[in-house]
Amino acid sequence: MEDKHDRDNSLQLSLSLAYFGQTAGLEPFCLDADLELPGSGINAIFGPSGCGKTTLLRCIAGLEMAEGEIWVNGECWQNRSTFLATHKRNLAYVFQEASLLPHLNVSQNLEYAVKRSDVNSKDIQQHLDSVLDMMGVESLLQRRPTELSGGERQRVAIARALLVKPAVLIMDEPLAALDTQRKEEIMPYLEGLGAKTDACILYVSHSMDEVAKLADHLTLMDAGKVKVSGGLQRVLANVDSPLQSREDAGVVLEVVVQGRDEQWGLLTVSFDGGTLFLADKGEAVGQRLRLRVLARDVSLTIHNQEQSSIANRLHARIEAIAPSSSKSMAIVQLSVGQSKILSRVTHRSIAMLDLKVHSMVWAQIKSVAIAR
Amino acid sequence: MLLTDSDWQAIELTVKLAATVTVLLILLATPLAWWMARSKSWLKNVIAAVVTLPLILPPTVLGFYLLLAFSPTGFVGEFTAAFGAENLIFSFWGLVLGSMVYSLPFVVQPLYMAFQNIDERPLEVAATLRAGPIDRFVSVVLPLSKAGFITAAVLGFAHTVGEFGVVLMIGGNIPGETRVMSVQIYDYVEALEYSRAHIQAGILLGFSFVVLLSLQLLQPTSTQRRGRKNGG
Repeated sequence: MEDKHDRDNSLQLSLSLAYFGQTAGLEPFCLDADLELPGSGINAIFGPSGCGKTTLLRCIAGLEMAEGEIWVNGECWQNRSTFLATHKRNLAYVFQEASLLPHLNVSQNLEYAVKRSDVNSKDIQQHLDSVLDMMGVESLLQRRPTELSGGERQRVAIARALLVKPAVLIMDEPLAALDTQRKEEIMPYLEGLGAKTDACILYVSHSMDEVAKLADHLTLMDAGKVKVSGGLQRVLANVDSPLQSREDAGVVLEVVVQGRDEQWGLLTVSFDGGTLFLADKGEAVGQRLRLRVLARDVSLTIHNQEQSSIANRLHARIEAIAPSSSKSMAIVQLSVGQSKILSRVTHRSIAMLDLKVHSMVWAQIKSVAIAR
Repeated sequence: MLLTDSDWQAIELTVKLAATVTVLLILLATPLAWWMARSKSWLKNVIAAVVTLPLILPPTVLGFYLLLAFSPTGFVGEFTAAFGAENLIFSFWGLVLGSMVYSLPFVVQPLYMAFQNIDERPLEVAATLRAGPIDRFVSVVLPLSKAGFITAAVLGFAHTVGEFGVVLMIGGNIPGETRVMSVQIYDYVEALEYSRAHIQAGILLGFSFVVLLSLQLLQPTSTQRRGRKNGG
């Protein structure tokens, strides 16, 4: 295993470990991940089931012993000569389910964490109040874990994790065990989590929806290996990424609400590449939104089609053209201002319109979904 | 007088012996059962068999071997002699040691079952919340296996009260030192004092029934157990 010495970079988690699982009933499985992540914000780790996401998290937490090195903010958690026990690692872990201690009620579960954390006792009351409020768990304090719904349980688990102010907050598919309604109920609590804590949040998911809504940084894993890792926008717009063969391939755009058109019920939002219209759902002017633009919803024209029913038309430059997994379709990467968007078009259209890298086109966006 | 002084002495000795043995056994069996429940070593099967041996060995066989071990030339006897301690044969502490061997499986087994029922997850959760190994044991394992500890203590106590063969082999029949209730009943019967034997036997019968009844009442009902499994 190569040596890593990121001691002086205080905001980076770099890890490199090899793991050979021997759990009974499971296939031998090799995790070979070499990864460097920012030391704060939400780092999504995305991949199909069984690709090693959970194993990676468990290794980071020290719950599985893997070979290799883990450095967190310049502190060594693991290398050739060191293996910090889980309880000595400055982390918190939200498991997919059953994260609460079954013999304690909600308040005692929170206390259990606070008592053992190194959070300054002077600040704890204020911190406690803000976390309880942020996760909306005040009314649950006297309940036992069995008396909570799945969503409430996860909110308590997340609150407990935040209370200890960890350097690394590990969340292993915290929503996977919940139904759609519960997911929507808990989502608002997760959004903005990255901005509200200094922790490096590792958020494992196999739902692109969640990733598009929450992540700042995205790592793609497959068969125990890291495929791509980088800023969310960059990874989503990368034409070579394995994501492009998915039906929901697309990018996210960070926009600001500029104004609303009461007559048509439309919202005007702006980003560095221009202005877009979308259905007004009551967002406030000035609010920042994250939009999801899927490649299949973007079509290309040579001239600006003002007679079109499609209102969102952006003048864009073709940056790359890549065949997608199917024989007939290609993925086109476009730049609009500093932003990148993707379009999925047929090879036939590319030939007919004579689309080439660097040529200018109009991108028509059929529908813009707010990732929320 | 329903009970003679010698009866009272026997009862007091029996309770003292059972209490001492129970406390010591819980202390010894807890780490042992925990290791058996968590270890993946092949050795644990061997240890489990050894621990269970007293369950099926005739008490006289057990007593015989203990007698040999405690004798001045036996390995325990030499050990105690080296430290200038008294001979263990026909002594209270000899009885304690013998009873501990005799009752070991009754204490280890309930603890082992309780520990096995504890999921790995609560322990992992506690570890990620900065609880070290001992802290995890005290704050998670103990509360989750409370019923197992009560069962182990009750069974260990009751089984020690009921022993006879081992006592007879290594303890003999010294009033106030090794003459426990079961031995005294034997004495009474030998001497054809059936009425005295009746009283002592009746006490033991009542005691045993109360013990079993309370264990029955302590068993968590199936709904409670299901609740615990789904907890958290």
